Amino acid sequence: MKGNEALAEAAIRAGCKCFFGYPITPQTEVAAYLAKKLPKTGGQFVQAESEVAAINMVYGASAAGVRCMTSSSSPGISLKTEGISYLCGADLPCVIINVQRGGPGLGGIQPSQADYFQATRALGHGDSRVIVYAPNSVQEMVNVVNNAFNLADEYRMPAMILADGLLGQMMEPVEFPETETAEVKKPWATNGHGGSREHNIVNSLYLKPDVLEKSILERDKRYKDIEAKHTTAESFLCDDAELVIVAYGATARVCKSAVNASRAKGIKAGLFRPVTLWPYPKKELVAASSNAKTLLTVEMSTGQMIEDVKLAIECKKPVEFYGRTGGIIPTPAEVLAQIEKITKTLDMEGV
Amino acid sequence: MNTNILIAGFGGQGILFAGKILVYAGLMAGKEVSWLPSYGPEMRGGTCNCSVVIADDPIGSPLVTNPDVLMALNTPSLEKFIDFVPAGGLVIVDSTMIDASAIEAAKAAHTDLKIFAIPATELADGNDLAGGANIILLGKLIGETGLISDEHFKAAVEKVVPASKQKLRDNDMRAMKMGASYA
Repeated sequence: MKGNEALAEAAIRAGCKCFFGYPITPQTEVAAYLAKKLPKTGGQFVQAESEVAAINMVYGASAAGVRCMTSSSSPGISLKTEGISYLCGADLPCVIINVQRGGPGLGGIQPSQADYFQATRALGHGDSRVIVYAPNSVQEMVNVVNNAFNLADEYRMPAMILADGLLGQMMEPVEFPETETAEVKKPWATNGHGGSREHNIVNSLYLKPDVLEKSILERDKRYKDIEAKHTTAESFLCDDAELVIVAYGATARVCKSAVNASRAKGIKAGLFRPVTLWPYPKKELVAASSNAKTLLTVEMSTGQMIEDVKLAIECKKPVEFYGRTGGIIPTPAEVLAQIEKITKTLDMEGV
Repeated sequence: MNTNILIAGFGGQGILFAGKILVYAGLMAGKEVSWLPSYGPEMRGGTCNCSVVIADDPIGSPLVTNPDVLMALNTPSLEKFIDFVPAGGLVIVDSTMIDASAIEAAKAAHTDLKIFAIPATELADGNDLAGGANIILLGKLIGETGLISDEHFKAAVEKVVPASKQKLRDNDMRAMKMGASYA
């Protein structure tokens, strides 16, 4: 199954009832699949007139208490950011998919990871955060969709799946596990109640600073709770590694091949792969790199996640960077060359 | 075992389809598999390729940069990718579509590769299999590597080609066998 289709099928199985989107390469199959299948499961598929319209339809559906989703690729996500901030401000859950392509501007249509800063810092203005999952296989795309819906509902906030064109377009075998769709009560939802209670209001406008501050601080407590409880990461051969590579998504697969190749040459390299980008798995990274002399961040960008790596280890060790961008995927051979270059320097310094 | 396969040609030659058959057959055989198309403007009649990995262990990079097996269906694809095939690699080309001079040049420059030139398009056209050159070449690939059994190939064809198109299913089986037995 194609990655994009797997995302869509997983959403249906997670109980997504509404999808609003606007076509863009390389995520089009998400919408195409849902257009065909979602109405058959009692859901609604709407192709909106624009990305801005789509995200605001998500706001409406979410306010009514419905599990809903939108999907786009980099330039389209930029258009959605105003709406995402409103969703954060109104404490509304939803899932947003970004199958990244090259940027800035219209960029290109080949895979990229250059939206890291946007996904982890700037999906909306204000003190807003969005949970960000970065799967690295078609199977993991399936697994994180359900988690994203559940966490979004539990914490009343948007969650993003940050994929890329490679993961969206590739086919791999996939299994759909029996998912536990958490039945979250939504007493705040603006749905029909036959006059049985006070009416609910969903809003992000607070003109009195003290009221606004209180709402922000209450939300921030939830953010802190997520940071404490919901980081996910994977370590591969990190225990004895002198060089720990940090990479996520499709790039992590390339790096895994490079790590295997370097181990075959007797070089002690390992791979640390964050699955959640926000919250960032800081303590997991510190533990995984405890024996490392140097870290190497590999990204399909000019260097964005490297800042979180440095923050996580508090700059206590050198962090090198290697990246390709604009739609170019680094090859295992290129990464291996970087590993060899760095470990050679380490040997020469006799560190 | 980890086999990296690159299939390349023009859009419309069934590049992605051949890859799909291969990857489903690998799946039926219980292998780890991945299929990655080139997507984008090049698909509108320009060059097109797809990476297929069939492996015993979980697959790292699904992007094939150094193919153990290269299947080329046009001249630009052969010239673009042959330098990336490691020594001992297998190259299968459609000699109806590829300039004889390009094939001779490839054979002269890469004596460490096994290069098979098959007039697949001609064979397909002459045997009522128009459009089946991709599967004839795939047959040769299977014959040379033993990567896929007939049974798994058949199961893959049945997965990808709907039952309502039984004629096409039969044609694919015939084309595969023709390629596999081509000397």
